[in-house]
Amino acid sequence: MRNSFHIYMRELRSYFVSPIAYVVIALFLAISGIFFYLLLQSFIQMSFRMMMQAQQFQMQVPAMNINQMVIRSLFLNMSVITLFMLPMITMKLFSEEKRSGTIELLFTSPITNWEIVIGKFFAALTVYITMILGTVSYVSVLFIYGNPELMPVISGYLGLILMGAMTVAIGGLISALTENQIIAAVGCFGTMMILWFVGFASSFVGPELGAIIKYLSVMEHFTDFAKGVIDSSHMVFYLSFAFFSLFLTYQAVESAKWRG
Amino acid sequence: MIDVKNLSKNYDSFEAVKDVSFFIDKGEVVGFLGPNAAGKTTTMRILTCYMPATQGSVSVAGFDVFDNPMSVKKRVGYLPEHPPLYQEMTVESYLSFVGKIKGLSGKILKMKLDKVLERTSTAEVRSNLIANLSKGFKQRVGLAQALIHDPEVLVLDEPTVGLDPKQIIEVRELIKELGEDHTIILSTHILPEVSATCGRVIIINKGKIVAEDTPENLTSGLQGQERIEIEVDGPSNKVLAVLSKIKGVLKVSEDGDGSIKRYKIELEKEPDVRKAIAASVVNNGWGLLEMKSSGLSLEEIFLQLTTDEEVEA
Repeated sequence: MRNSFHIYMRELRSYFVSPIAYVVIALFLAISGIFFYLLLQSFIQMSFRMMMQAQQFQMQVPAMNINQMVIRSLFLNMSVITLFMLPMITMKLFSEEKRSGTIELLFTSPITNWEIVIGKFFAALTVYITMILGTVSYVSVLFIYGNPELMPVISGYLGLILMGAMTVAIGGLISALTENQIIAAVGCFGTMMILWFVGFASSFVGPELGAIIKYLSVMEHFTDFAKGVIDSSHMVFYLSFAFFSLFLTYQAVESAKWRG
Repeated sequence: MIDVKNLSKNYDSFEAVKDVSFFIDKGEVVGFLGPNAAGKTTTMRILTCYMPATQGSVSVAGFDVFDNPMSVKKRVGYLPEHPPLYQEMTVESYLSFVGKIKGLSGKILKMKLDKVLERTSTAEVRSNLIANLSKGFKQRVGLAQALIHDPEVLVLDEPTVGLDPKQIIEVRELIKELGEDHTIILSTHILPEVSATCGRVIIINKGKIVAEDTPENLTSGLQGQERIEIEVDGPSNKVLAVLSKIKGVLKVSEDGDGSIKRYKIELEKEPDVRKAIAASVVNNGWGLLEMKSSGLSLEEIFLQLTTDEEVEA
């Protein structure tokens, strides 16, 4: 495992000495910041209107749920934006080493392929977590000026991290299959898009197939997290998908050796 | 140290290496010579556990590359054809990363890092980004990477390719120096490199070993014959007639114009007839201006072995 750590550190450093990590993180924070601003703005406007109406009709001001209106939508939005950002983080994991020949160094060093796969996976995941943790500053604004529930925030971040782990593992797998970073990025993006929107098909393909498709849909599993529900079956979905992809990545790396 | 037995490697239907066997002793410096696509890199990649062989067995330092790759990898330093460098790292952090994944740590790592920087004369660029280094420095950092864990066996794939003449000489010096306490196998298609650095040459072509000997033995009389060149001042037709009558002379050809001409003479190895040649030239009253043994150059042997064409003498 010590070797995994060395791979992890090198990989992580390479993200932060090149502009990739900064550009991706900045872009993500900007886009989710805009969403946050718009959500908050509409929430404020709506509560204003409610207050006016309540005054007009001499009624009590109805309680507005900031968790439901801002935080849940923010997490749902962020989970879509990460889909666009994650392929840019994972695309270089293996393909760049293949193209530049540095994979020869790793393959001829006394480290196992598992150590390489694990080290790289966690490096990309760390970049991703750094990226989403930037949005804690947005959410904390709500805590300073209001009193939302904490639990849905925690479960939302947990959901984002689990979903990210799955995406990173899939992105790593596709990167291990090609020398071309563009193909790696597009492949990861396409796969995630399919897993994202496949849920829509579940309503018209019949009950059996529909249930399977529904289970495969990434969106389906995330909504509970955004609502504040931590359901172990969703965790199992993300984690088993991630482990399976890591296993396939290992196989892809191993088979690249045999094919020469 | 390196024992290769009946090694074969196929890429799909293409046979890159066909039934190659050789043995390299501890402390030897062996040149792996062959035209491009002869199977040099493939063989080296199998030696370094980069890829498995299709058939045959390879053992390095007593460990089988297939059954015990970790033990082999610890004992082998490998410089691939394109040095495996992370462009965004500095020389020092790169070498320290390589040292770590080769199993070094702490003070030993630091010590070996300093040693290898000094040995490859890269200390002056230790804090430079690899992307900004010249080709020569990159090659030397590649060499440093192969050396950092002080391996018993060094596998160098075209270590001097792309360097300027001065750097080539420096790298060759370094390889010679390393040869004193390492077993080295280096591949090249540059012939002087072999005679400059290697104690033994393995010539490989189309996946097969075509010759294996010391550079000296290869150059002198591969086919049991020797060649000399003489320069004689005298009438050429008479000189030719006289020379070809001498016993032991196989073939005489002339070259040049005017009264002073050069003659290339092919001789049987035994007996030595150079005395007889000199005597007959002088006895006929011609001037013997020069006589030297010329042997086939390594280039000619190489071409003869690796192409189907006859080499022009």
